[in-house]
Amino acid sequence: MTDAVSEAPGRDPYRIGRGEESKAPGRGSGGPASKRIVVGFGFWVFLLSDIVMFSAIFAAFAVLRNATDGGPTGKELFDLQNVAVETMLLLLSSFTCGLAGLALAKKSQLWFQAAMAATFVLGAAFLTLEVIEFASMTMAGAGPSRSAFLSAFFMLVGCHGIHVFCGLLWLLTSMAQVWFKGFTPSMGRRYLCFSLFWHALDIIWVAVFTVVYLLGVI
Amino acid sequence: MFGRLTWNAIPFGEPIPMIAAAIVILTILGVSTLVLVKGWFPYLWREWITSVDHKRIGVMYCALALVMLLRGFSDAILMRSQQALAFQSGGYLTPEHYDQIFSAHGTIMIFFVAMTFMVGLMNFVLPLQLGVRDVAFPTFNSVGFWLTASGVLLINISLVVGSFARTGWLPYPPLSELKFSPDVGVDYYLWGIQISGVGTLISGINLLTTILKMRAPGMNYTRMPMFCWTALAANLLIVAAFPILTATLAMLTLDRYLGFHFFTNDGGGNMMMFMNLIWAWGHPEVYILILPAFGVFSEIISTFSGKPLFGYRSMVIATMAICILSFMVWLHHFFTMGAGADVNAFFGLMTMIIAVPTGVKVFNWLFTMFGGSVRFEPPMLWALSFMVTFVIGGMTGVLLAVPPADFVLHNSLFLVAHFHNVVIGGVLFGAFAGYTYWFPKAFGFKLDRAWGVRAFWFWTIGFYVAFMPLYFLGLEGMTRRMQHYDVPGWQPWLIVAAGGAFLILLGIVCQIVQIYVSIRDREALADTTGDPWDGRTLEWITTSPPPAYNFAVLPDVTGLEVYWDTKQSVLKEGTMPDAPDYEAIEMPRNSPTGVVTAFFATVTGFAMIWHIWWMVVVGLIGAFATFVVFAWRDKMEYEIGRDEVVRIETDVRSQRAERLRQRVETA
Repeated sequence: MTDAVSEAPGRDPYRIGRGEESKAPGRGSGGPASKRIVVGFGFWVFLLSDIVMFSAIFAAFAVLRNATDGGPTGKELFDLQNVAVETMLLLLSSFTCGLAGLALAKKSQLWFQAAMAATFVLGAAFLTLEVIEFASMTMAGAGPSRSAFLSAFFMLVGCHGIHVFCGLLWLLTSMAQVWFKGFTPSMGRRYLCFSLFWHALDIIWVAVFTVVYLLGVI
Repeated sequence: MFGRLTWNAIPFGEPIPMIAAAIVILTILGVSTLVLVKGWFPYLWREWITSVDHKRIGVMYCALALVMLLRGFSDAILMRSQQALAFQSGGYLTPEHYDQIFSAHGTIMIFFVAMTFMVGLMNFVLPLQLGVRDVAFPTFNSVGFWLTASGVLLINISLVVGSFARTGWLPYPPLSELKFSPDVGVDYYLWGIQISGVGTLISGINLLTTILKMRAPGMNYTRMPMFCWTALAANLLIVAAFPILTATLAMLTLDRYLGFHFFTNDGGGNMMMFMNLIWAWGHPEVYILILPAFGVFSEIISTFSGKPLFGYRSMVIATMAICILSFMVWLHHFFTMGAGADVNAFFGLMTMIIAVPTGVKVFNWLFTMFGGSVRFEPPMLWALSFMVTFVIGGMTGVLLAVPPADFVLHNSLFLVAHFHNVVIGGVLFGAFAGYTYWFPKAFGFKLDRAWGVRAFWFWTIGFYVAFMPLYFLGLEGMTRRMQHYDVPGWQPWLIVAAGGAFLILLGIVCQIVQIYVSIRDREALADTTGDPWDGRTLEWITTSPPPAYNFAVLPDVTGLEVYWDTKQSVLKEGTMPDAPDYEAIEMPRNSPTGVVTAFFATVTGFAMIWHIWWMVVVGLIGAFATFVVFAWRDKMEYEIGRDEVVRIETDVRSQRAERLRQRVETA
């Protein structure tokens, strides 16, 4: 089909001197891409849009980080040890999420469920620590309505937390689906998206860790 | 039990909203009764409501936009007549009500008319122009549409239950904060826009993936029709800008619901951050609206001039330049913030620079017409009116881009005239042009020409009569959003402007009559060829309306205007090309996921607005359950058998062969 391109090179005046056209599906002249590529690409686009949303929240945090209104500052509030543990939990959960991918490639139900369960436990532990941190700050009079700085802090870190929570719901759904339906092609695509999502949350967390906590205690 | 919701929420004492609501409710009841009595519901449910066919969804988007145009326009008529009357008097609308009307007018016209119409056109046309069978994510497409409809529903519920925002179409704090807007108006705005914004984002991701990953074999980027390019730019902007809106509205929501201090006067809040964030979305938003319209005009001007688009590559570059520049000009919406001369100068210059690629486009359209044989069909009339009107609007925009001039004119009717000049003259005329142009493709018959021409003249003349006076009023110092005024010199202009609004009303009446007449005369107006306008792009290669699968065999794209080239060579040789080998086709199955998700989104939004917390939980659980049920289904596709495809296509081919034979004989 695509040979027509090379047969009639003179007919298209708009070839911008690129030599051979790519014939890969989804690019150049190869026709529509496979479902896996379309799904993966679409999910990447979603993740980028999600990162744009976080950028807006990061920008708000940067604007408001000194607007403490006479209330507590990050230096007084943040416990870097707690944050270090949170970071480790989240990074480890990405590792186990990767293991689940290997199990999926091997079609091993046992290892897949085990690795996903480990991911869930690590993610849930992260979330628990975050909730405890939020609760103790609020109890100590440093809740989100204390100052604009704290509003921005709670929204930024909380928005990441809500993403982790949604990820955990998604994770449980995936486990149940693989348990009942096995490793179907659509499960493969969904796992691909889930792991992209989970890793993207790591990237956001690294930014949160740096911008909010590390810069906050300096 | 029902949070803040009591019987007091319904404004029994105010006749205008009650009468309007009664009419709307009676219409809805009447239509639903008719549907139930006639037994149409199963058909509607199967073929439209649960459809994941991009053509059906595109049509539903456009229909929704047309209905909302009526709502938004009735607000406009109220405002223009109020201002015509309100010289040293209160007019007939109380300030409370008037403020809601201008807020609702702006919100509805931007989000639910302009935006919805453009997304509808893109949905309908893109896969056809790209030569593929559907969009990348058909079910998500349906979810996106129904979430938009959910936002529409919430905004319209505010007419009867409670009230709408009185803050303008962008809820500027601190006015929109709980302290100064304690009722549900701003909450309706926030949840309605948030839900439909998610729908828009879904649609943006879907269409972007479709353009970048789903094109017919041989369709390189530089062989895509111009509408596909402008849609690509618009959807890039949706994906990059709408998340900012989501974040900003979420911040305002947290301020109002949980006492956060993002934009409040106290607690260290920074209200100017809202202006920056909302316009970092808002300026790209205007290009999300206008870029697809540019694409529509490119297609139409080329088709009705009988020539390829002049300067295709410069058009592509101009489109992408606008796409990038649109993110660098947001501060021109508030030069008066006091950022200083350097910052204002930068944003002023960037704004003026955008006029350059836009100018390139205008010249390309003019050169496309130059030397062509122009046919003055209604789509082309809209395009011509657009070129004149938009250039005027663009020039007043460049004037406003000069910071010292903006200090004088900002927030005046001059600004109102400017953006109506570009949004009506650009986006809305583009929507009407596209609607007239692609209507026969969607329904198999053309819209009546005479009524289309009448609508065109009423709209065009009405526009000038309604908005040119506002430029003068703005220069004379009249600010926007005034419920009454004491300057005697303003009233004559405002009466003229109201007259213009009534001319536009006649235009809308013509459009309604046009739909009626066209359906009545559909036999005479039928398009049996699939190519009613002698088109050049791939959507005209298939039948009108296209089969569910669009193309039995994906077209082999060998050039920029492959359909035009094929058509010419077939006409020259007088023989049809050989029939291709047909195969069975897999198409996505219908799914009620979209409408069910939107139902729960509406429930959640309504419950949030009225603080009915248990109902929020119900709505969220319902939405999650819908997601799980959708994820659980095994069969996502159905197959159209080879025999069926052969049957349909053989029929089409024999008709075409017959027409070709007749044409050869007469020649």
